[in-house]
Amino acid sequence: MKPRDQYLKVEDVSKTFTSRQTLGDRIARGLARKGPPPGLKAVSGVTLDLAKGQTLGLVGESGCGKSTLGRIMAGIHSPSEGSVRIDGLPVMEQGKKTTTAVQTVFQDPFASLDPRMKVGDAVAEGPILHGLVMPAMAQKYVERWFQRVGLDPSLSHRYPHQFSGGQRQRIAIARALAMQPKLLICDEPVASLDVSIQAQVINLFLELRRELELTCVFISHDLSVVRHVSDRVAVMYLGRIVELGETQSVFDRPAHPYTAALLDSVPRIAAEGEALVEFKPIEGEIPSPLNPPPGCHFAPRCPRATPECSASAPALAEVAPGRRAACHYAQQELREAAARQVA
Amino acid sequence: MTPETGKPVLEVENLQTEFATAKGALRAVDGVSFSLSPGEIIGLVGESGSGKSVTGFSLLGLIDAPGRIAGGSVKLNGTELVGMSPQELRKRRGKEIAMIFQDPIATLNPLLTIGQQMEMALAAHETLSRRAAAEKSAEALARVGIPSARERLKSYPHEFSGGMRQRAAIAIALLHRPAVVVADEPTTALDVSIQAQIIHEMKALARDYGVAMIWISHDLAVVSALASRILVMYAGRLVEQGPSAQVLRDPRHPYTRGLIDSLPSATVPGQMLTQIPGSMPSLGALPPGCAFAPRCSYASDACGAKPDMVQAGRRGWRCVHPLGTEHKERAAS
Repeated sequence: MKPRDQYLKVEDVSKTFTSRQTLGDRIARGLARKGPPPGLKAVSGVTLDLAKGQTLGLVGESGCGKSTLGRIMAGIHSPSEGSVRIDGLPVMEQGKKTTTAVQTVFQDPFASLDPRMKVGDAVAEGPILHGLVMPAMAQKYVERWFQRVGLDPSLSHRYPHQFSGGQRQRIAIARALAMQPKLLICDEPVASLDVSIQAQVINLFLELRRELELTCVFISHDLSVVRHVSDRVAVMYLGRIVELGETQSVFDRPAHPYTAALLDSVPRIAAEGEALVEFKPIEGEIPSPLNPPPGCHFAPRCPRATPECSASAPALAEVAPGRRAACHYAQQELREAAARQVA
Repeated sequence: MTPETGKPVLEVENLQTEFATAKGALRAVDGVSFSLSPGEIIGLVGESGSGKSVTGFSLLGLIDAPGRIAGGSVKLNGTELVGMSPQELRKRRGKEIAMIFQDPIATLNPLLTIGQQMEMALAAHETLSRRAAAEKSAEALARVGIPSARERLKSYPHEFSGGMRQRAAIAIALLHRPAVVVADEPTTALDVSIQAQIIHEMKALARDYGVAMIWISHDLAVVSALASRILVMYAGRLVEQGPSAQVLRDPRHPYTRGLIDSLPSATVPGQMLTQIPGSMPSLGALPPGCAFAPRCSYASDACGAKPDMVQAGRRGWRCVHPLGTEHKERAAS
């Protein structure tokens, strides 16, 4: 693969969260001859790469590890194993973030902006600190970014509470972009916005991405938003990537039964002449990540599961050109999806 | 689609709810009227601040000072609820009309087991032995799809997942088989797979027990999967209403059209979405006429006066420039 295709390179990344142990806990476990308590494996063996200028959508339900993976890529969490490189350089070294090339936009702009700091200062803070702009020039620099995200530059002297949710999200985007990142991680950036405001922010995102040739990771539980903005999509379930490929083909012909089930659960407005859409809900709920089922984690809820699925975890393998899926029965699933599409 | 036969179970007429502020009274709900037939599910759709939740709360008389119901009428099975004494309301709330909230964590008491809370809800309206109450509670939990319901009665809310908590809240709301259930964004905080399960079950419950439901949501797609009729709210007023399929395929009000078109699924992936410019005006600074006019591409001088609800068959809209009315025959169908 050409290095350009591996602008973002995530290699075998895992993250285990362990509960803090007091001295008493340790003595008690030592006396009982138990090892350290098992951790919660939030992300498990994720390998993926992304070409420059592309957007990767990361989808899954709560607790699947998509936000943790996003935070590892952003250098907020250090991975327990594996590494993340952007443009050939590591994002973290020895547990410290070593680059400003990755920036993040979070879901809740209420929480991510300091309520006592003028929004202009919030945008200027990082670039000044990292020498991207001289303090004397900061005001001009901030105003330019305000214009770029569609805000009146004269508003930069106001405080976060004086803005609406959509405007605050624009400020958060301006703050991330003012750091001139190579990679932008967006963690549910439109989830808390109203439909009409959501469309405005998505349009802004599309526009900026094209102008600035940004490489992005777009994390969302909203499949229709991800379908709209991403070139490639990764579907996660209980810490593992279960399917990875071009967005359109994954949505049209899912190779993993979980992807298919997830797509079926999304309510949509019936098309002209179509009867009211009936769902096929997935049975059961996501099991606890503290004690995931053996083998394929989705097996207990999967309509296709056989004893083999609980015995051995399928690897994320190429099932069609440019498509990887972690399912023993991916070929059957693909064939049936193709048949459904024709019908 | 539910046939609209028989007497409506709920009739809302010109409902008005106000909140007193230092700058004068703000009208959060302004002249909302609709009726609901037994077993019917209607969707009340709008963005934040549109007054959809306040409308829901008003129906149950759950408006606290500085808010008040300033006018209008809410008739439940023919009995007027507006102006009823708190004691009288209490007798009906939970028994004849119940509510399901968005956040089940806030609805359930963290210090009591699910079983204790269900017992209390039962005891509020009928006298039952503890054994009978437990029996009835377990049955109600099983009905909303909670496995091994009898053991689960002993669980505390924190031992339930988000989806199970919402199921428990639904089970409590349905304990007395109320005639009307007001559901305020009950699946918004849940994952899509759990949302799909709950919508599926709610439809079955409404069908099997003839419970009429008002489903409040910002999500047009969710509502279209559930409701036979849709009411769209904007800045405290109903701007459009009618059968779901007709409203969604052929909306009359430019705001409804804008909402549908701004969904990502309405546009080819990667292309710019159709967006409604601007944002909803604050209730303190509403334009004098149509509240949507400043954001509307069809607006003209005629929009300077408050438009009335135009009724045509089962559809209605509050707009002087309704879309697609050249097809009069379709409007009347």
